[in-house]
Amino acid sequence: MKLGKTAVGFVILVAAGIVAPFVIYPVFLMKALCFALFACAFNLLLGYTGLLSFGHAAFFGSAAYITGYVITKLGFPVELGILTGTVFAFGLGAVFGSLAIRRQGIYFAMITLALAQMVFFLCLQIKATGGEDGLQGIPRGFLLGFIDLSDTLNMYYFVLGIFLFGFFLIYRIVHSPFGQVLKAIRENEPRAVSLGYDADSHKLLAFILSAGLSGLAGATKSVVFQLASLTDVHWGMSGEVVLMALVGGVGTIFGPVVGALVIVTMENYLSGFGSWVTIIMGVVFVACVLVFRKGIVGELNALIKR
Amino acid sequence: MRFSKKILTAAVCAVCIAAPAAWAQTGKISNGVVKIGVMTDLSGLYADLAGPGSVLAAKMAAEDFGGKVLGAPIEVIAGDLQNKPDVASSIARRWLDQENVDMITDLTGSAAALAVVKIVKEKNRIAMVSSGGTTRLTNEDCTDRTVHWAYDTYALANGSARALTQEGAKTWFFITPDYAFGHSMEKDASEAIVAAGGKVLGSVKHPFPGSDFSSFLLQAQASGAQVIGLNNASSDLITTIKQAAEFGVAPKQRLVGMIFMITDIHSIGLKATQGMIYTDAFYWDMNDETRAWSKRFFERQKRMPTMIQAGVYSAVTHYLKAIKASGTDEAGVIMAKMKATPVNDFFAKNGKIREDGRMVHDMYLMQVKNSEESKQPWDYLKLLKVIPGDQAFQPLSKSRCPLIKK
Repeated sequence: MKLGKTAVGFVILVAAGIVAPFVIYPVFLMKALCFALFACAFNLLLGYTGLLSFGHAAFFGSAAYITGYVITKLGFPVELGILTGTVFAFGLGAVFGSLAIRRQGIYFAMITLALAQMVFFLCLQIKATGGEDGLQGIPRGFLLGFIDLSDTLNMYYFVLGIFLFGFFLIYRIVHSPFGQVLKAIRENEPRAVSLGYDADSHKLLAFILSAGLSGLAGATKSVVFQLASLTDVHWGMSGEVVLMALVGGVGTIFGPVVGALVIVTMENYLSGFGSWVTIIMGVVFVACVLVFRKGIVGELNALIKR
Repeated sequence: MRFSKKILTAAVCAVCIAAPAAWAQTGKISNGVVKIGVMTDLSGLYADLAGPGSVLAAKMAAEDFGGKVLGAPIEVIAGDLQNKPDVASSIARRWLDQENVDMITDLTGSAAALAVVKIVKEKNRIAMVSSGGTTRLTNEDCTDRTVHWAYDTYALANGSARALTQEGAKTWFFITPDYAFGHSMEKDASEAIVAAGGKVLGSVKHPFPGSDFSSFLLQAQASGAQVIGLNNASSDLITTIKQAAEFGVAPKQRLVGMIFMITDIHSIGLKATQGMIYTDAFYWDMNDETRAWSKRFFERQKRMPTMIQAGVYSAVTHYLKAIKASGTDEAGVIMAKMKATPVNDFFAKNGKIREDGRMVHDMYLMQVKNSEESKQPWDYLKLLKVIPGDQAFQPLSKSRCPLIKK
């Protein structure tokens, strides 16, 4: 029964993804997809492992910079560039993770924040990142050498492919025996340890996977917008992804996708209102926290179950 | 859905092929409307010096032009880039792809400006940057669809540094924020000082953003330099100036803000800023023309215009004039027309758009009045010296713009 519901969700998601660019502006959709993947990767850690990282911008942003750099300066093809950025994020995740998982709760969050701030200052200072100007005009180039990505629709389906790949990967991770252990650790770590599971190595692996997939999102974003900037590594970005996960529903498969859509939509389409944007966003967040405490998708799930 | 899209694509292609010839002959405007997008910071740090004032300036320019050009209505729309280059980039794409915006102006923040001018070039429209200040716009990242209007960091740093050194302030000390922009400001200013026969005694770099500048100011005082150059901007600069006033820097040493705006003076107050020297591209109380326009601006905005806002008006007007004169809104033709026509309005006299996109015009070395000299609100500045355009801006011979054939 439960599987059936998720399968229907998947079909709707894929179908909507294929049809969407003919109804909605594709560049906006690509942005939404990148952030949706980012939020899903973050949710893997927060929702399924119970670790609140406040430094995910470091993975998202550094992958964006690395991808931008290797494509622009070293002439890498697009797919290799994205791969390089993602691999870098995996590596960075391994380093940060092995330090951060030694502590729990607020201390874990603070360590990730501190490490992410170091990445921010590196990006501000290093010459290769262009300092506060960032990297602009990253060429989109040709996928596999023959698909022209400067065509918006081609680019869109490429991004959709990456998103679906990441999304299914996360779904598989969550529903594997490994994912079950993660949930066990989230619910009660001492009990999971007493059952013979090595909590630390599970947490570390979850952290690395989450970091790497965040990197994939960041790398893709830098190709879509042809730009990598300090916004991507700023702590505000780490905060934004927390909000996306919270608004959509922590610990649900589709929640972060919905949350990312809501927030990106507000950022984009309310930009004409000027200073009212922050006020409108604030009201929406307050409403979410008060009314949908489980997030939009979390509340919907609860409604259906009832 | 797919079918209608194909028809649309075909139609667009047909128009593209047929249009250039048709436009030149019949004076048609693409999509029947000239749309100007003002992309600025409507809610953040720079909302005072650009923001809603820039939107108003663009609207005033359209109204003063009669609201129509070649029979087509002029429409001004605004977008808040929230000081995020990626937001700027997605707004720009939406404007150019979907909303048929013909020209984007203001462009607050260097990173956002750099991102947008590239998209504008790709889509063959025009960007007229009035707000972003980086010299990269007319150097490494120049395009033949960008005009850089009001000022750039070279003109500000170089203007103050050279003029003061020539006047006899030979020794300098810099307080510089520790990031790329600050470093390049310091480099530009130092070169100008040395070239004018002055000497840089030293400099200190502060972390960005900073909150306490006392130790840096002490070093600056201890250096004994005649001038302390401040390369930081906005809130950092404001804090530094306030602390400098508390430390009594002013009578012995002169304080020079490299990137300073009239709105900064307005928010800090004359007490802390009096005597400060900086370079500006516009001041409302310069002559009858500037006063007349600024008065109209003030009536609607309740603030006096900054050089950025005045620059937006000037840029939009020049753009509309070029459309009228060339009978088309095709970007390449307009750009050639704009470069061929001198800019003459209240903002610039005999301004000229160079090959690299730099609009060259006179800059002004200004000094902040003290409280006795100031007779009315916004009466803040006196003119020390006019810096002729060819001295104020980076010479073409030094340009790193690939469009310049050497």
